[in-house]
Amino acid sequence: MKSPIYVYYQISNFYQNHRRYVKSRDDKQLWSPKNERSSSDCKPEDFTSNGQPIIPCGLIAWSMFNDTYKFSVKDKVLEVNKKGIAWKSDREHKFGSDVYPKNFQSGALIGGAKLNSSIPLSQQEDLIVWMRPAALPTFRKLYGKIEVDLEPNDNITVIIENNYNTYSFGGNKKLVLSTTSWMGGKNDFLGVAYLTIGGLCLFLAISFILVYVLKPRPLGDPSYLSWNRNAAGHLN
Amino acid sequence: MTSGQPLLSSSDSEPPKRIRSIGSFGCLCRDASLTSSNCDDNQTNVVEVNAEQSEEEQEGDLAPLESLFSRNPLKHPYPLAAKREVYSAELQSHQRFPLACPTLDQKRQVAWGSMELASCNITNSAPLGRSGAPYMVQDKSGKSQRVRHKSMQFEDNQLCEEDSRLIYINDPRRTNEKYEFTGNEIRTSKYTILTFLPKNLFIQFHRVAYLYFLAIAALNQLPPLAVFGRTVSLFPLLFVLSVTAVKDGYEDWRRHRSDRKENNREALVLQSGEFRPKRWKDIEAGEVVKIFADETIPCDMVLLGTSDSSGLAYIQTMNLDGESNLKTRYARQETASAEFEGFSVSGLIRCEQPNRNVYEFTANMEFDRQKFPLTQSNIILRGCQLKNTDWVIGVVVYAGQETKAMLNSATSPSKRSKLESYMNRETFWLSVFLFVMCFVVALGMGLWLVRHKEQLDTLPYYRKRYFTMGKDYKKTYKYYGIPMETFFSFLSSIIVFQIMIPISLYITMELVRLGQSYFMIGDKHMYDSASDSRFQCRSLNINEDLGQIRYIFSDKTGTLTENKMLFRRASVFGKDYGDYEHVGDLLQETNTAGGTVHRRKWKLKSEITVDSKLMKLLHKKSNEEERLAAHNFFLTLAACNTVIPIIHDDMEMIEYQGESPDEQALVSAASAYGYTLFERTSGHIVIDVNGEKLRLDVLGLHEFDSVRKRMSVVIRFPDDTVKVLVKGADSSMFSVITKDIESGDHLWHETQDHLTQYSLQGLRTLVVAARDLTALELEQWQCRYEDASTSLTERALKLRQTAALIESNLSLLGATAIEDKLQEGVPETIESLRQAGIKVWVLTGDKQETAISIGLSCKLLMTDMQHIVINGNSEAECRNLLADAKIKYGVDERNENLKQRSGAESNNQGLHYDTKSFEKPQWNSVKEEKLNAPLALVIDGNSLVYILEKDLESELFDLATACRVVLCCRVAPLQKAGIVDLVKSRTDDMTLAIGDGANDVSMIQMADVGVGICGQEGRQAVMAADFAMGQFRFLKRLLLVHGHWNYQRVAYLVLYNFYRNAVFVLMLFWYILCTAFSTTSALTDWSSMFYSIIYTSVPTIVVGILDKDLSHKTLLQYPKLYCAGHRHEAYNMRLFWITMVDTLWQSLVLFYVPVFTYRESSIDIWSLGSLWTIAVVVLVNIHLAMDIQRWVAITHAAVWGSIIITYACMVVLDSIPVFPNYWTIYHLVGSPKYWITILLIIVVALLPRFFLKVLGQIFWPSDIQIAREAEVLKWPGHVQPKGKQAST
Repeated sequence: MKSPIYVYYQISNFYQNHRRYVKSRDDKQLWSPKNERSSSDCKPEDFTSNGQPIIPCGLIAWSMFNDTYKFSVKDKVLEVNKKGIAWKSDREHKFGSDVYPKNFQSGALIGGAKLNSSIPLSQQEDLIVWMRPAALPTFRKLYGKIEVDLEPNDNITVIIENNYNTYSFGGNKKLVLSTTSWMGGKNDFLGVAYLTIGGLCLFLAISFILVYVLKPRPLGDPSYLSWNRNAAGHLN
Repeated sequence: MTSGQPLLSSSDSEPPKRIRSIGSFGCLCRDASLTSSNCDDNQTNVVEVNAEQSEEEQEGDLAPLESLFSRNPLKHPYPLAAKREVYSAELQSHQRFPLACPTLDQKRQVAWGSMELASCNITNSAPLGRSGAPYMVQDKSGKSQRVRHKSMQFEDNQLCEEDSRLIYINDPRRTNEKYEFTGNEIRTSKYTILTFLPKNLFIQFHRVAYLYFLAIAALNQLPPLAVFGRTVSLFPLLFVLSVTAVKDGYEDWRRHRSDRKENNREALVLQSGEFRPKRWKDIEAGEVVKIFADETIPCDMVLLGTSDSSGLAYIQTMNLDGESNLKTRYARQETASAEFEGFSVSGLIRCEQPNRNVYEFTANMEFDRQKFPLTQSNIILRGCQLKNTDWVIGVVVYAGQETKAMLNSATSPSKRSKLESYMNRETFWLSVFLFVMCFVVALGMGLWLVRHKEQLDTLPYYRKRYFTMGKDYKKTYKYYGIPMETFFSFLSSIIVFQIMIPISLYITMELVRLGQSYFMIGDKHMYDSASDSRFQCRSLNINEDLGQIRYIFSDKTGTLTENKMLFRRASVFGKDYGDYEHVGDLLQETNTAGGTVHRRKWKLKSEITVDSKLMKLLHKKSNEEERLAAHNFFLTLAACNTVIPIIHDDMEMIEYQGESPDEQALVSAASAYGYTLFERTSGHIVIDVNGEKLRLDVLGLHEFDSVRKRMSVVIRFPDDTVKVLVKGADSSMFSVITKDIESGDHLWHETQDHLTQYSLQGLRTLVVAARDLTALELEQWQCRYEDASTSLTERALKLRQTAALIESNLSLLGATAIEDKLQEGVPETIESLRQAGIKVWVLTGDKQETAISIGLSCKLLMTDMQHIVINGNSEAECRNLLADAKIKYGVDERNENLKQRSGAESNNQGLHYDTKSFEKPQWNSVKEEKLNAPLALVIDGNSLVYILEKDLESELFDLATACRVVLCCRVAPLQKAGIVDLVKSRTDDMTLAIGDGANDVSMIQMADVGVGICGQEGRQAVMAADFAMGQFRFLKRLLLVHGHWNYQRVAYLVLYNFYRNAVFVLMLFWYILCTAFSTTSALTDWSSMFYSIIYTSVPTIVVGILDKDLSHKTLLQYPKLYCAGHRHEAYNMRLFWITMVDTLWQSLVLFYVPVFTYRESSIDIWSLGSLWTIAVVVLVNIHLAMDIQRWVAITHAAVWGSIIITYACMVVLDSIPVFPNYWTIYHLVGSPKYWITILLIIVVALLPRFFLKVLGQIFWPSDIQIAREAEVLKWPGHVQPKGKQAST
């Protein structure tokens, strides 16, 4: 496998697209320290018990994924680059470089990862990745990149710190290593679909041509007009 | 002496003469009034009593004469004294209860309130729509109602004594203290600055569509349901509301401006003895106003005096009824010579309550202790202009909103199109879908919640409980228990799926129809250069109905014909003149001889060929009977009419202006034969008989009415003989003509033969008769006439009875025949319409022979047709005739078919597709039975009375629908409506009524589509119609071309809109099934809202306005293409369901292709949403593009432009950092997978549709398809479609 090799974690049965979940965020708060007071959208993770705003607020941030993976090949540790895994636009414009986590995961129920409150949100790339909720209940998210090539038949040892609780919703976790082509990650669907549809279209085209050749209808012949046909039929 | 003067000088005016003729008491009476004129005001009472006494005595004097009237059992008018008592009692009651006000208010409400109510009718004057309102309700009503109409129709306009309105001349204070008459300030604007917002919103929310929007938006404001952002969800509603409000506001501002301009105009008003300028808005009822030439009249006024000594004034009523000819109005002789300036005049006018009828006015006036009638000819109406008269003085009777012009400004009734009612049926199905979808979501939600009940507290993506320490600990948030959550999920899915009900479609359709009518109005092929009238769309709701018309009900005169009358032939004293085959040779002779035989002083505007034989007869110096008859004949033509001669001195030209084109033609003809009508005032006429001026005193005039069907005038000759001259329809004339004389019998038969001949040639005939009146007869008549014409109640009836006195024992003079030329292109139009499968019924007031001959000449009737004539004089006779005809022509079997068909049609309108199959067997059955010829039914008004009022209606219907042509002659206006109703209530077929006169209004309003012809007979028909045009032949283009286009367009528009919204909603639905039923939308809120408003709306509108399936040439060449509309080819249930299945497929493709493509990938919700947004917009636009038949630049711009606009909106929405979807689109467009996915969606989604379309075109081509191919491929013999581009 040629580098970069993308490391994804895949979670299933996690409805990140649930309406309660998707709405449970405050983009203004993430954007600028001026909008520190979290909006009511973030309930129940909006304020601490003593009324301090939680930054970042909301269920999405609260439930952030916190498993960690360590890779090694032939006892050689593979570095996983966690920089640049989030969208550049998010890092630079959406998540403020002067917004720092505050009162995060301080409640009685810990939903997931904790954040280093000395690092601004714009550099918390795991958070940024997690904050783009997945479209479907089974989804992958980018964990990091391995920037060395892997040889065939290499044995990769992975040390997984299983922190994230998927038992509560009956979900599975998967670890995926993948490269990308110009088409993105590996997915046969498009190829198969194109071949099938292409074949079907070809078949239709040929059959239309055959119809045209074998049983042509003179185009625009007025004698085919319904009343003309009727008149003809009437004579018989 | 002021008031005495007119009495003395005007010995020829009527009231004094009445007195004189009464005899000794009359003289006494005159003395009394003479003395009174010398008296002071305080003496008036005495004189009043005096006069009263004398009047009572007159009554006594009259009593013995009563026996003479016994031949006509008439009710004697009640004694005047008694009447006066009624008046005074009246007055008191008015003082106590201002009766007038409530009725007025009520009426105003009707006018403002709603269009539906205002629909009643314009012709009808009865204040509370006595016969108007039930009209529309009539639809399927029993006969009893219709019977009532008939009995009411003539008495409608009568003034009820209780309702009269008192106007004190030049005493506005007294006039206005009793009732609250409105001032002359008009307000056509609806709003003021203060009321604009609430009132406009109130009016706007009358539409169900807006209420739906509002309800959805309100639902969305509830916290548990907030699917969309609060502001976002209000956007569609606010958008539509503000657009409409701006439009309304602008229109109202313009109205305000014109109102202000109008109200601040000035007129001269008599104020303390002299005329001083006063602003229009300050003018009150009762004031005396002076108006100069070419000025506009500020309110409805009764004329008191004019610059003309005889009290004549000319007005132009262009603004009121569109007629450009001058009309004469008279000031009464009694007031005409009174001085106003510097004197205090007083008088009292009793008139009817304000009403909308511009052709009626009933009132009487007390002036100088005389009481006399006022009629239509004494009133000038607001909005008219004074012409050819230096000044007039009048007293205001109706001001401001109560003027007839203002009361008439209501719009024509609104109708719903048929397609729209079908559309509502399909909308019901869509609501069922909506309900099912919401139910599924709610059910899913409920089950999911039950299954995850235990986990809900901590589930990362649900978490219903707080775990923050403090007061909220362990409280739930936004959670109301499973049943409530399920219910809320139902409601919120309604919000998400709201556009499933295509509310925006109603607004789209309005815009589309507006655009369509813009092009219809602009169609230069429907522009009538002769009358400079363009096509008019007065109703914007029923454009597409024009494509489905099956029955046309046409008036004849003025609709099929030009209503420009030409005097063609005459039968004088049993001899026929004006036969052109002979005249041709004699013409030159006439011209050479003409110079010597007579001096023609006056040139006429229209040239008339003169029959020299008749001319010679007239110039014989003999006194034989024939010559005298000819003399009287032309005298009658010249005198017995209401035509006004207008003399252009400079050119020695004389122009006749009159309300009836027939009369104009007759007067012109008389003039050509040397009997030139020269001058006409209310008291006398001057006829130039071959250079000799003959002054005739007009003692009385019985105008034409539809009961008597004749008109008479009583004339006193200079030698003191008195004659009554009568002209009228033959049916009504022969009953009042004596035929006991030997020669008369011969004359009688000859004339009748001629009349039959004339009618066979399609000429309009009138019979002319006259007789001398004896002094006794004259006296009797004068008393009755005087009484009848001053009467306030049942004046028309009394006048009719009076007329009967003298219209008897007349001696026949002859008959006239007038040609009414067919309009250009009528036969071709009728032929085309018939080919298009439209049945044309002609309803005319003419008599049978005329109707048949016109029918033949316009190719409505063919010579090979079997005529069925129904001409019954009793119910039983009609029943027999109908039954015979049905048996003879084998209609019964067909009738069965028809019933089956209508049953089948009503059951499954759309699915029943094959019209051809039901068209044919019916004809076959008729053919097989007995005959090969198509049938034509001719029926007359008399029979219709029996048929429409009795239970023979369905019999007639069966017979009539079996016939190709139906011709109804001698029908009354209400019968016309009855016939339309006959068809309308029994079939689902669309009806169209076309006519030009006031008598067609009822029919026009009854039919599904009403078309008015801007003709010679004023604008009443146009005002009531949905469409108006200049010529009958435009009907062909209107239906075959525009109707076809509009139907195809709107039908497609509706189906497409259903599809467009449903595919979007279904796509959302599939996604919601993947989100644990939580009504998440992957699309951003804004995109969801913009979808139907911005992203996809413009192309549908443009296509709805501009798309043309065939060029107009092809459509005109093959009228049968119109049958597509009859077969509901473009819109039916089958198509709806096909569309829905297609929609389902497309939405599945739309949803699953991206889901499979991005399965197990890191795609986020907004990226997928963005992809879906673009995909669905591109998909529906390409779907539309596949169906567009005619591409023009603007279509390209709209279709591709809206895709570009969608992208632009996405870019803007994704460039705002605080939106969660920030920058999504920029990421996507860089990925090839995105583009490939969209391409795949489009191809897969449209493949089945494309396949079926091609298959259909190859194997089952529709007529339209073939015609289009012929058009594109320039099939030999087909018109070259070059004009296609130019035809826009």
